[in-house]
Amino acid sequence: MGNVRSRAIDDALFDWPAPDPALKGSRCRRCGAHAFPAMASCRSCGGTEVEAVELPRRGTLWTWTVQRYMPKPPYRSLHTEATFEPFGVGYVELPGTLRIETRLLEHDPARLRIGAPVELAFYTQYVETDGTEVVNYAFRMA
Amino acid sequence: MRAAIVGIGIHPFGRTPGVSGLQQGAVAARRALADAGVRWQDVQFAYGGSYSAGNADALGNELGLTGIPFINVLNGCATGGSSLVAACQAIASGAADLGLVVGFDKHDRGAFNAHPAEYGLGDWYGEAGFMVTTQFFAMKLRRYMHDHGIHADSLVRIAEKAYANGALNPNAWRRTPIGFEEIQHSTMVNDPLTKYMFCSPAEGGVALVVCREDHAKRYARTPVYVGAAAMRTRCAGAFEVYGTSVSLDDAPNATALASRAAYEMAGLGPADVHVASIQDTESGAELMHMAENGFCEHGAQDDMLARGATRIDGRLPINTDGGCLANGEPIGASGLRQVHEIVLQLRGAAGARQVPRPIMTGYTHVYGAPGVSAVTILQK
Repeated sequence: MGNVRSRAIDDALFDWPAPDPALKGSRCRRCGAHAFPAMASCRSCGGTEVEAVELPRRGTLWTWTVQRYMPKPPYRSLHTEATFEPFGVGYVELPGTLRIETRLLEHDPARLRIGAPVELAFYTQYVETDGTEVVNYAFRMA
Repeated sequence: MRAAIVGIGIHPFGRTPGVSGLQQGAVAARRALADAGVRWQDVQFAYGGSYSAGNADALGNELGLTGIPFINVLNGCATGGSSLVAACQAIASGAADLGLVVGFDKHDRGAFNAHPAEYGLGDWYGEAGFMVTTQFFAMKLRRYMHDHGIHADSLVRIAEKAYANGALNPNAWRRTPIGFEEIQHSTMVNDPLTKYMFCSPAEGGVALVVCREDHAKRYARTPVYVGAAAMRTRCAGAFEVYGTSVSLDDAPNATALASRAAYEMAGLGPADVHVASIQDTESGAELMHMAENGFCEHGAQDDMLARGATRIDGRLPINTDGGCLANGEPIGASGLRQVHEIVLQLRGAAGARQVPRPIMTGYTHVYGAPGVSAVTILQK
């Protein structure tokens, strides 16, 4: 990376830069329900005692689609309408915790399969005017 | 005390350059008032909403400022349905005898671009490209097809039916039938859904005059009674739009809850319904909503659609006016368009698209972000 500065798209999601980043979720101390991003209270039972948890880095693809047109703002990316490339979106099931919505570093329908093993990855969503790379989480086919 | 619908009015859906959303709402309101034979000055309360075309109570400037309680409703795609639920409750409570329900909208071209903060989400969610409702329906559908063995032809059949019905509806936006292969081979938008399987944001207005049931015959030869009007929101564990994460529990969604509540309220079941308007923002939504509203078992859609059971001449006609696919979706008006169509069908006044056998009971269902649903059961 050299001198290139980078930051997480939102500090609440994961730490960046970090040696081995994981997604930051929360777990309710009363009912055990997980949430991502971490919540200050529990959406299942309304409990206010929640603890921070690291979510598993590996899971399985629960569902997917391919975004084939460029979303309108507030979408931000490295691309213009002319250079837009389709991207994969899905829900990944993380064992024993929950399903999370995620970008997929794969958009070939022939390779996207429900139940396929996937693992956490990171990519640059956009670059700020001062050159800072803004990094988002994703999953890739494992 | 049930409510009765005694007047209906619509401004055609689609694109009407030079006419604001509010003005389209006013056109619909004047038509509904004329249909019921009442003056705006006689109306005791109003509920209404739009998403992109301003507060509904600004209609006072068009219709006359009469001092009545006019409550603005903002409930996503379920705005119209929610307004009707509230109006029926006002009638049922005895607080008022005669009211207006109105919805209108005028959206920009292209997919909706809602702001994450409106849904309690961080800016990152929109920046990363998740704030796109078409993605959600495609992902829900992909999983549903996997779980229930649905064939992709069913998605084509639903869209084909929508445009065929739209061609029979003078108020529809898309009035040209589109063939099976053209739908099937149109541009892929969000796999497995192609361009002609999606509706577009649009414009339009709808209004209803409602009154207490024992007054209904004063205003209408064929009043339509609201046997049930129920609105529900999402539960923890349900897979709903704009969900950053969901538990592994698979809870029933807002549609299933609203539908169940409506059947209980009306004392009826799905087998008693003769005609239905259900949310079809894309063909997969109609397919899944068929089962979520109780009209078939999960997975039975392929067979039902292959036999044409949901066409106008079928066993259970669905979206006889062309639905969202042929009318587009002006959010504030869309749910009330469904009610407008069912009232026309029950009156026997639906013209070329009239269901060709006696019908007594109709059903409407809307669904919207971030997991809201409203259902009505309407009876002659």
